[in-house]
Amino acid sequence: MSITEKSKTTIKPVYLESGIEVEPLYTQKDVSKEIENEVPGQYPFTRGIHSLMYRNSPFTIRQYAGFATPEETNERFHFLLNNGQSGLNVAFDLPTQCGLDSDDQRAFGEIGRVGMTIDTLEDFEIAFKNIDLNKITVSLTINGSAIVLIAMYIALAEKWGYDIKNLRGTAQNDILKEFIGRGTWIFPVDKSVKLVIDTIEYCAKNIPKYSPVSVCGYHIRESGANPIQEMAYAFCIAKAYSDGAIQRGIDIDEFASRLSFNFDIYGNMFEQIAKFRGGRRLWAKIIREEYKAKNDNSCWLRMIAGGGGGGLTKEQPENNIIRSAYYALISALSGTQTMALCSYDEAYTIPTEKAAELSLRTMQILIHEMGICDTVDPLGGSYYVESLTDRFEKEIKEEMKKVDEWGGIINAVATGKIQESVSKQAYIREMGIQRGDVAKVGLNIYTKEEEVKPVDFHQYNEKAANKQITKLHAIKKSRNNDEVKDLLTTVRNDAQNAQNLMPSIIAAVKEYATVGEIIQVLKEVYGEYKEPIFF
Amino acid sequence: MKILLSKPGLDGHDVGVKVLAHALKDAGFEVVYTGLRKSPEEIIKMAIDNKVDVIGLSILSGTHAIITQRIKDVMIANKLHIPWVVGGNIPTQDVETLLKLGPNAVFPTGTKVDEVVSYFKNLSATNNKQ
Repeated sequence: MSITEKSKTTIKPVYLESGIEVEPLYTQKDVSKEIENEVPGQYPFTRGIHSLMYRNSPFTIRQYAGFATPEETNERFHFLLNNGQSGLNVAFDLPTQCGLDSDDQRAFGEIGRVGMTIDTLEDFEIAFKNIDLNKITVSLTINGSAIVLIAMYIALAEKWGYDIKNLRGTAQNDILKEFIGRGTWIFPVDKSVKLVIDTIEYCAKNIPKYSPVSVCGYHIRESGANPIQEMAYAFCIAKAYSDGAIQRGIDIDEFASRLSFNFDIYGNMFEQIAKFRGGRRLWAKIIREEYKAKNDNSCWLRMIAGGGGGGLTKEQPENNIIRSAYYALISALSGTQTMALCSYDEAYTIPTEKAAELSLRTMQILIHEMGICDTVDPLGGSYYVESLTDRFEKEIKEEMKKVDEWGGIINAVATGKIQESVSKQAYIREMGIQRGDVAKVGLNIYTKEEEVKPVDFHQYNEKAANKQITKLHAIKKSRNNDEVKDLLTTVRNDAQNAQNLMPSIIAAVKEYATVGEIIQVLKEVYGEYKEPIFF
Repeated sequence: MKILLSKPGLDGHDVGVKVLAHALKDAGFEVVYTGLRKSPEEIIKMAIDNKVDVIGLSILSGTHAIITQRIKDVMIANKLHIPWVVGGNIPTQDVETLLKLGPNAVFPTGTKVDEVVSYFKNLSATNNKQ
C-alpha cells in the first residue's frame, strides 16, 4: 500500500468544481510522457505560445472601460496616448449593443449608462478625433450589432484616408456566447452566426491585421458553466465560426491566427491553470489535426484571461482585492497574453476610479515585484499541474463530444440545451454557496456584521442623453436622405440574397445611416430571436 | 401561488433570475419566466394573460428607479392590483426610494435566495387566509 492509498482511508475526498477528484499526492507516474518533449513556442504549445513569453515582454494589461459619450471617450484616448498606452477596450451602452438608436423608446434610461453611445458615424468621428488610428488599437466590445460597428470603424478609417490593409484592432463579435450568457442577441441563431462569418470573410480578404472575433468562454463561465464546459463550449463556438469561414472558401491559415479567446478566472487555482494549459494543447491539436493548418500561429490559443466577477462577493468587499491578486497570479502562471481584472467593488457597482486603479496596480506589482516574468511556464513539470493538464485536455474533448451529440453548438444553443445545463449548474453552485457547502470567506465563513455603507453609484446623465438625441435628429436632417434610403435598400437586398453584408453596411454608415436603421432592416429580413425559456 | 419573473429593460444578466426561478420551483411555486428585454407593457400583459398572483422584476443595469416607476404606471393603466417585488443589483441606499414607488418589497444586492423564497411563502400564506 502506497502512502497515498494508506492516507486516503483517513482523509475526506476532494473534488474540483469540474468534478475531478484530487489525490493528496502526485508523482512522476501520474504524468504522461508527452510533456517531457514539450517546449514553449512549439506545437502543441502546452507551455505557452511563445518561446520566451514574458521574458520577452510581459502580458498586456487591458482594462474594460466605459465612457458615456463619444466626447469623453475622445478625451480618454488622448490621455492614454499621452501616457504611453496604445490600446483601449471600448464599452458600449445597452441600446447600441442591442441595435437601438438613442431616440428609440426602449433606450429610455439606458443611454450612455454602461458605455459609449453610438448612433451614427459622426459619433465615431468625435470619439477618434485627432487620433492616429495606426497608433492605437481599439477593442470593440460589441456583439449583437457588431457587424455595424466594425463597418463603422472601417468606414472611418477609409474616410480619413488610411490604408485599411494595415488597420489593426479587435472586436468581441462572439454572438453564440450571447445566447448562453450576457444576452445582447438580436437575430435568430443561424442568421447571427452568418453575420459573424461575414465579418471574418471580409477581414480575411481586406483587413488581414484586424481580429474580428474574440471567442468568450468568460461569460459562459460567469453564467454558471464549470471550467471544463467553459473551454469546451468556447472551442465548439470557435469551430463553428471556423467551419463557416471555410465554407466560404477561406483557408484556415488565413484567419485562425486572428482568432482570439477571452476566458474567466475564479475558483480553484490549480484547476484554472490546468484548464488553460490543457486547453492550449487541445486547441493546437484541433487546428492542426482536424483543420490541417500549416502555420504554427494558426494553432495558438491567444487569450485574455482575467479575474472574473463571479468569484467576488459583496460581503467584506476588500477581500476582493486579495482574490483579484490571486486571479492575476493564476492568469500569469497560465501564460496569458492579456490580462484584465474585475475591480473589488464590481460585485455591486460599476467600478469607481480608485478601485480600477487598484486593479491596475495589482497587475503591475505582479510584473515588477514578483519575478513572474523571469522564466517561462514556471509550473511546467509539476506532477500535480501536469497530471491535471492531461486530465483537462481529455475532459474538454469529452465535453465537446457531448455538444456534437446535441447536434452541434448552433443547434444546442438554438434549442436552449446549453443554456439549460449552464443555468442548472448556476443554481447548484449558488445554493452550495448560500448553504455553506462551497466556502466563501466573509460570505459563509468568517462572517461579521457589517455596517451598510452607501455605494458610490453612477448617476444617470439625462442631460447628456438628451444631447445625444438632439445630435441624432440633427444628423438625420442634414444627411442625404434619398441616398441613405437607397443604401438601406441595398443592405436589404444583400440580406435577402445571402450576400456578405459588410460592403453594403460600410457604404450605408458612410452616409450616416444609423445603427438602429440598419439593424431594423436586418430584423425585417431575418426576424428576431425567440428565447427558449429554460431555468 | 403563481409567480411571474421578468427582466425589464435591456440588461441581459439573467443568472440571478434563473437561480431564483429554480429555487421557487423547488419550493413548490408555479413560475413563469418571461425571458430577457421585456417592456413594462409586455410584462403586465403576460401577468394578466397568465393570471399570476405576483410579479418579480430583476434589474442589474442601474435602471431600477426608472423601470420601477414605469411598471407602476403601466400596472395602474391596466388596473392590475397584485403584489410585485423588485430585486437585482440595487444599492441598499436605493431601497427606500424604490419602496415609495409602490412595490411590496425590494431585494437589494446580497439578498439570499432563501430570504426571497421565505418572502413568497409568507405572501402565499397571507393570500390563502384572505
